[in-house]
Amino acid sequence: MAIFPPENRVWWNEPLHRPEIIWITVAFLWGLVMFFTMIYWHFSGQQNLSNEAYRIFPEVYAERTEAMAEKYTVRTETNLDIPVVHPKPGTDVYMLARLWEWWPILELEKGQEYRLHLSSLDWQHGFSLQPTNINVQVHPGYEMVMTITPTQAGEFGVVCNEFCGIGHHTMVGKIIVVDK
Amino acid sequence: MSASPDDNGDSAVPERIPAMQRLLDNPFLLLFIGVTIPTVYLIWGIMEVAQIPMAR
Amino acid sequence: MANELFRICPDTGFKIDRNAEKLIKANAVVAIVFLAVGGLFGLLVALTRWPAVHLLPAEWFYLALTAHGADVLLFWIVFFEIAMLYFTSSVLLNCRLATPKLAWGAFWLMLLGAVIANVAVLQGESSVMFTSYVPMQAAPHFYLGLILFAVGALVAVFIFFGTLVTAREERTYQGSVPLVTFGAITAAIIAVFTLASGAIILVPTFLWSLGLIGDIDPVTYKIVWWAMGHSSQQINVSVHVAIWYAIAAMLLGAKPLSEKVSRFAFLMYIMFLQLASAHHLLVEPGISSEWKIFNTSYALYLAVLGSLIHGMSVPGAIEAAQRRRGFTSGMFEWLRKAPWGNPAFSGMFMSLVFFGFIGGISGVVLGTEQLNIIMHNTLYVPGHFHGTVVAGTTLAFMAITYLVVPLIFRRDIILPGLARWQPYLFGIGVAGISLFMMGAGTLGVSRRHWDMTFTDAAIGFEYPPAAFLMMGLNGIFAIMAAVGGLAFVVVIVGSVLFGTRRDDAYSKAHPVLPPAGAVAVSTYGNEEALKIPGTIMLVTIFFAAFVLYYFVNWKYLSEVWPLS
Repeated sequence: MAIFPPENRVWWNEPLHRPEIIWITVAFLWGLVMFFTMIYWHFSGQQNLSNEAYRIFPEVYAERTEAMAEKYTVRTETNLDIPVVHPKPGTDVYMLARLWEWWPILELEKGQEYRLHLSSLDWQHGFSLQPTNINVQVHPGYEMVMTITPTQAGEFGVVCNEFCGIGHHTMVGKIIVVDK
Repeated sequence: MSASPDDNGDSAVPERIPAMQRLLDNPFLLLFIGVTIPTVYLIWGIMEVAQIPMAR
Repeated sequence: MANELFRICPDTGFKIDRNAEKLIKANAVVAIVFLAVGGLFGLLVALTRWPAVHLLPAEWFYLALTAHGADVLLFWIVFFEIAMLYFTSSVLLNCRLATPKLAWGAFWLMLLGAVIANVAVLQGESSVMFTSYVPMQAAPHFYLGLILFAVGALVAVFIFFGTLVTAREERTYQGSVPLVTFGAITAAIIAVFTLASGAIILVPTFLWSLGLIGDIDPVTYKIVWWAMGHSSQQINVSVHVAIWYAIAAMLLGAKPLSEKVSRFAFLMYIMFLQLASAHHLLVEPGISSEWKIFNTSYALYLAVLGSLIHGMSVPGAIEAAQRRRGFTSGMFEWLRKAPWGNPAFSGMFMSLVFFGFIGGISGVVLGTEQLNIIMHNTLYVPGHFHGTVVAGTTLAFMAITYLVVPLIFRRDIILPGLARWQPYLFGIGVAGISLFMMGAGTLGVSRRHWDMTFTDAAIGFEYPPAAFLMMGLNGIFAIMAAVGGLAFVVVIVGSVLFGTRRDDAYSKAHPVLPPAGAVAVSTYGNEEALKIPGTIMLVTIFFAAFVLYYFVNWKYLSEVWPLS
């Protein structure tokens, strides 16, 4: 019994049962399949998170975001006059997270590639693009850069899904995707 | 009293305990293994973060 | 030998150190108090996330969520684990507990730490969530409480190792330690790494909260914090697997199919189960995919292999024992005629099934590098870990409590009717919570979020209606689980206080464990072909579900916007 010492002094040499051998083999092979599926997806899958990242001072990141917004703002939305920025396809686009907003609103073109930069100016935030469901952690002091290609037109919410204090639930941004 | 019932060998010369069983019977060796392996990974991870370059 | 230090257990024949017995009682009682408090906070959280109820205001919601995490994920589970470590070392090895005075010191230190952390949270200045990610800052005594608790627990773990040494030196057992004790050794080893990592990260964070240190790097914090946070859940896994084996042995006389295989599976835990701090870092900036893949897969899924092995060994051992007892008809007579009315068995078996099907499969999916993109920080995450830590660990702990009370507290279980239903209420309730949170998470709903309608937000967003339905169902099942949890606390506290005392004569007349069963079935061995067709069927169903669900999620991922 499992609550008493093994009956045989030498138990390591006991032979295995057939069902056990089969199951251990199947389970081991399945582990290999799952392991190599991750590697395979890096080569032939389309959804891989970039590991491109830099350390950056929050002030510097804010300046870059504002510079982009100044250049490409096409209109403003809501009574807070949040700028809607329509950058050129293929360029670097910036979105910053701070208590408690994603800034600015981005307007992207469907089927075009963008280099999306994400960073936080204060605490950690969670970039959760809905309903397409892309979720990325955003840190202060680190800038993550990923290439993103919107494939559907419409309005997408950017929900903050890392707890960031009492206003966390009001922290929603927007990415608009337009047909070209 | 600990001799197993099916032990065909002479009880005067106990069967040698295999190396794997001796490993599994040694909690402190296991402790060493169990702390070393994840520590290596932890250090690897911290080194990766430390190597993130400054933004240009 | 058997003097005042020891008593002989009339049910099992074990020689029980009275010091160990008192410590087991103290740790278990405190554990259950924290379960009750933390469970109440959990109910408040679930009722707030039920959009139609939305019980608490935002400030209280985040406070309750922080308290819920600390009280049940840490304090309930670790206190109970310490009780189990003392049980599996001192009682199962018939040995005196090493340094009982120090063990009391550890107990009081843990209790002090837990109380301080609770006070800090309830004061409202430390609603930083259980993870306390920097640079968000809690009050200094929040960190201090956690550090004191971790130090106390570490001392207790070393008392466990000390007891192993004592038992070997005093030759209180022959040959190798029992398998259950080996599982506890696995847990203790993981605990050493876990608690050390916790100290390494929480001590500087504490100093930072006092203003003595300038900055804590947020990514490094997460890597080290999760070496504690995730690995500590692996302590739970090791302990509850050991409990599965223990309950199967005590109630049914089940013997491990193979000592070698089961211990090898625990060895895989020791070597690889602690790697998975990457599970929380898969969408973090700047960490290489090599590190993520190796770490998140526990090195080629070798620790998952360990769990899959236990997943066959435990039901296989039960089936073999039951067949030996004569339940041989068909594929599943052994399972139908198992003692489902005994809460120790029903709790244990549901823990096994739910941990495998809900917690285990979802954990592997969630921990797959790319799949994490569609799940990170959604409700899928708490859905997963309620499947492991509540439906798996907590249910197993509840199950063995039904044996600990009569054997260690020496009291009969009161309200047997309620006790019989308790594991079903709690287990099914928690299974529902897990599944509906996973469902809502698949639809993108954020975890740790007060208002999924975003009423106060400048820019709105609407989750799909199905997500609201999921959260409503989650609330209903949370109530069911809470009723089950309350029933557990009532039955156990009532039994400890008012249950009939079991002196030696009474125990002989009213045995807790089925007599003779143990002897009758523990002799099957390797000489004959092993017949476990029912278990093979269960394992096959499990494997098919696993493979199917795994690839379904890759399908979901392939529909997401291309990223690189």
